Amino acid sequence: MMRSIVLTAVLAMAGWSANPLQAQEVTTFTLDNGMDVVVIEDHRAPVVVHMVWYRIGSADEPVGASGVAHFLEHLLFKATDTLESGEFSATVAANGGTDNAFTSYDYTAYFQRVAADRLPLMMQMESDRMNNLRLTEADIETERQVILEERNQRTENRPGALAREQIRAAQYLNHRYGVPIIGWKHEMEDLSLEDAVDFYDLYYSPNNAILVVAGDVQPDEVFTLAEQYYGVIPAEPELPERLRPEEPPQRAARRLVFEDPRVSQDYVTRSYLAPERDSGAQETAAALVYLSEILGGSSFTSVLSVKLTFDSEIALFSGAGYDADSLDDTTFLLSVVPAEGVSLQQAEDAMDAALAEFLEEGIDPAQLERIRTQLRASEVYALDSIDGIARRYGSALTQGLTVQDVQDWPDILQAVTADDIMTAARDLFDLDQSVTAWVVSDRQELTQ
Amino acid sequence: MIRLTLSLILVVWGVVARAEVDIQEITTPGGIEAWVVEERSIPFVAVEIRMEGGGSLDREGKRGAVNLMMALLEEGSGDMDARAFQEAREGLAASFGFDAYDDSVSISAKFLTENRDEAVALLRQAIVDPRFDADAVERVRAQVLSGLASDAKNPNQLASDSFYAAAFPDHPYGSDMSGTAESVAALTAEDLFDAHRDTVNRARLHVSVVGDISADEAGVMIDTLLGDLPTDAPPLPSDVAFGLPGGVTVVDFATPQSVALFGHEGMKRDDPDFFAAYVMNHILGAGGFESRLMTEVREKRGLTYGVATYLVPRDLAEMVLGRVASANDRIGEAIAVIRSEWARIATEGVTPEELDAAKTYLTGEYPLRFDGNGPIADIMVGMQQVGLSPDYVLNRNDFIEAVTLEDVNRVAAYLLRPDALHFTVVGQPEGLESGPLPPLVAN
Repeated sequence: MMRSIVLTAVLAMAGWSANPLQAQEVTTFTLDNGMDVVVIEDHRAPVVVHMVWYRIGSADEPVGASGVAHFLEHLLFKATDTLESGEFSATVAANGGTDNAFTSYDYTAYFQRVAADRLPLMMQMESDRMNNLRLTEADIETERQVILEERNQRTENRPGALAREQIRAAQYLNHRYGVPIIGWKHEMEDLSLEDAVDFYDLYYSPNNAILVVAGDVQPDEVFTLAEQYYGVIPAEPELPERLRPEEPPQRAARRLVFEDPRVSQDYVTRSYLAPERDSGAQETAAALVYLSEILGGSSFTSVLSVKLTFDSEIALFSGAGYDADSLDDTTFLLSVVPAEGVSLQQAEDAMDAALAEFLEEGIDPAQLERIRTQLRASEVYALDSIDGIARRYGSALTQGLTVQDVQDWPDILQAVTADDIMTAARDLFDLDQSVTAWVVSDRQELTQ
Repeated sequence: MIRLTLSLILVVWGVVARAEVDIQEITTPGGIEAWVVEERSIPFVAVEIRMEGGGSLDREGKRGAVNLMMALLEEGSGDMDARAFQEAREGLAASFGFDAYDDSVSISAKFLTENRDEAVALLRQAIVDPRFDADAVERVRAQVLSGLASDAKNPNQLASDSFYAAAFPDHPYGSDMSGTAESVAALTAEDLFDAHRDTVNRARLHVSVVGDISADEAGVMIDTLLGDLPTDAPPLPSDVAFGLPGGVTVVDFATPQSVALFGHEGMKRDDPDFFAAYVMNHILGAGGFESRLMTEVREKRGLTYGVATYLVPRDLAEMVLGRVASANDRIGEAIAVIRSEWARIATEGVTPEELDAAKTYLTGEYPLRFDGNGPIADIMVGMQQVGLSPDYVLNRNDFIEAVTLEDVNRVAAYLLRPDALHFTVVGQPEGLESGPLPPLVAN
C-alpha cells in the first residue's frame, strides 16, 4: 500500500528575499512490511545517494555487549548467501561508486553514492544483507581486531577522547548514552559471533528500517524498486518496543579530574543534561541551538569569547556545543582553555561569572539577529549538498522525529525569541544537572 | 573571453549519463585569468583563490610568518578591528576561510546573492588591507603556540616532523610551516606585512567562481577582490631531492598504538607515466577497502583500522607516502606485510582484473566529484594550480582508460622500491629499532 504524501520542503521561507529557491521535492511512503521510504529529488547531477538507516544504535545494546552495534556494522560487509566477503564494496567500486556505514547512539546507517542508473543494483545488495548475512568465526576473530585498532586510533591514543568517555559516563548514570559507541575495550574483546547474530536477527528488519534515496530519481520509480527489493522481506514480529532506561533525577553536581601525561593543554569542560528535539515540540531545542551560538558559536563575538578573551585575558579558547538531534536527553557543553598563567580554578570561576552575568544582562539584540540570519542562510548553503539533506531525514526518523518535524525545523528556528532563549538558559544552567571536568597532564601541578 | 562548454560524460557498462559543467575561461577587465561556472539554482556563490608560494616563502629566520599572517587576515582590516570585522561577516552570513600550506595560500569564500556586493567588499578589505593589530597578533600568536604544544604530543604530527626533517634538511619542506616556539615568539608586525607582500599577490594567482553569477559579473567581482594586489612576488625556492634512505626511525612516545609514516621518492605530476602510477597506487593502497594493503593488513589479518598510500607530487619534490597505525605489539607485523606487498607489486605487477576494476572505479567516481558549487570551485582551482586546462575535465577519463597493464607493471617496477622505504614510527613498537630495514621474513 502506497501512502504517498508529496511534501515540498519548507525552504522558500516567508521573509526571504526575491530569489525563489529551487524547492526540493520530498516524497514519503511506507511499504506493507513497515519499512519507511523517503525520496528527495535533486536533478542537478545524474547521481543518487542510497541509504538504509536502522533504528538501532549503541544505546540499544544488551548489557555486557557494548560495541556490538558498531561491530555488526563492520560485519555487514562480510559474506551473504550470494555475495562473498568484501564483494559488496567491491561491486559498488566496480560501478564507480563509493560506500560506507556509520553507527551512533541511536542509529546504524549504510550508504552508497553512485550514478543514478545503478540504484537497482544498490537496492538488490542492500536488501540482500538485511536478511542473508552469513557470518563465520573467522570473520569475528579478524574483525574484532580491526575494531580494537579502531578504538586504539579514535580513543586510546587520544587523551581528549578518553576524557570525554569519562565525562559521559559520569553524566549518564543509568542511560546507555554513558557507554561509548565503539564500546568499552574489555567488553569489545569478548564480543562473540552469537552476540552479533542475535543483534542482527532481531533488529535488521524492514519494520525497523528507513530507506532514504536522494538525487536524480523519480519517486514512483523508487517506490517500485523498493517494493521489489525490500518489500519482499518479512517484518520481524518480535521487534521489541524501543524502551530505554531513563536517567534518575540528578541531585548533585558531579566533578572529576582526568589526568593523562599526553594532554598538551589543560582545560575545563562542563556538560549539562539538556532536552533534545521532540516530535511536535522542538521549540526548546531550537532555543538551545541559539543559546549555544550566543555563548560560544563565534570565537570573536560570542559571550564567552568576549568576556573571557577580549574583555579579560582568561581564555585562549572557549566554546559551547549542543547536539539537538538525539532520541533521549542530550547534553549542552561549555569549555574553556585557560590562557598562559591562568589556573583551571580561575578559568572555571570566570566561566561561571560569565554565565551569571549573561543571565543578568540578557541577549544583545544585534547578536541575536546575526545568528538568526546565519541560520536562515545555512538552509541555502545546505541545498548544495544532497548527502547532507539525506542525512537530516535519516537521522530525524531514527530519533523519534517525523518528516513534518524536519520540514518545520527551519521555521521553528526562525521564530525563536530572546525570551525563549533566556527561559531555556535558566532551566538549563543548574549545577545539580551537570558534570564538570578538569582535563590535565599532571594533577600534582594543580596543588602547587 | 574564451568560452568552453564541457559535458562530463559518465559511462557505466554502456549506459551514458551526462552532467553539464559549463566552464567559462575568462580574463577579467583588470587582466586576471579565472574560471567561472554559472549555476543559478541556489542563490549563493562559491569562490576559491590560490596563490602559489605559501610557507615555502617564509623569509630566513622567520619560520611561521606566512602561517601566522594568514590566520590574522580575519582579525582586523581597513577601519575594523577583529570583532567589528567578524560582526560584519556574521551579519551577512558569509563564510571566509584563509589557509596557508607549504606550496600556497588559499582563500575560500561563500556568500549569498542578496548581499553579494557587501560580502565582496568585506572580503576585499581582508585580502588587500589587513591591520595586524598588536592585540590580535598576540592573541593569535598564543593560539599558534598552543597548537605547537599540542603537536609535540600528537603521534601523527611527531611522525611527520621527524620524517620531513630527515628527508629535506636545509629546505622549507623539512620543517613545519607553523614554525617553532622560538621563531613564532619573535615574529613582529613588520614580519607579517612582509609575509603578506611576499605571498598574497597576483604573481602566481588562480581563481575559480561557481554559482549564482554570470561570467561578466564574476570578472568585475574578481577585479574588486584582487585587482589592487601587487603583480610581482619573490621567486620560489629551488627543487629538492628526497634525502631519506631506506630504514626505520623510532620516535619513543608512551601511547598504546604506534603510528607510522612511510615512503620514498615519487613522481612529478607532469610525468608521462603519472596516470599509470596513479592507477597503480589505487590498486596498491589508495583504493579504500579494495586496495591490496587494506586487504592484506586489515581484512585478512586485522592488524589495523586503516592503511593508505598516496602519490604526493608537491611543487618542489615528489614522494610516494603511506600511513598505518597498529598496537605497539602488532605494528612490526603490519610493516612487514606492507613491505612484502610493496615488493610483490613491484616484481609481479597487477592482474588484468585488478586493472579493470581500478579503471572502472576511477572513471565512474570522477563525475561524482562535481556535486556542488563548493566542490566544483575547489576542483577547478586545483586544476589551474597544476597547469591543466578546462578540457582536462573531458579528457581525464580517457587518460585513465589509456593506461595499459604493461604501463602499470613497468611503472610499479621502477617507482616502488621496497629497499628505499623509510618507516618513521611513533610509539613504543615492539621489535622495531632505528636503523636499516630488518630482513624481510616471509609471513
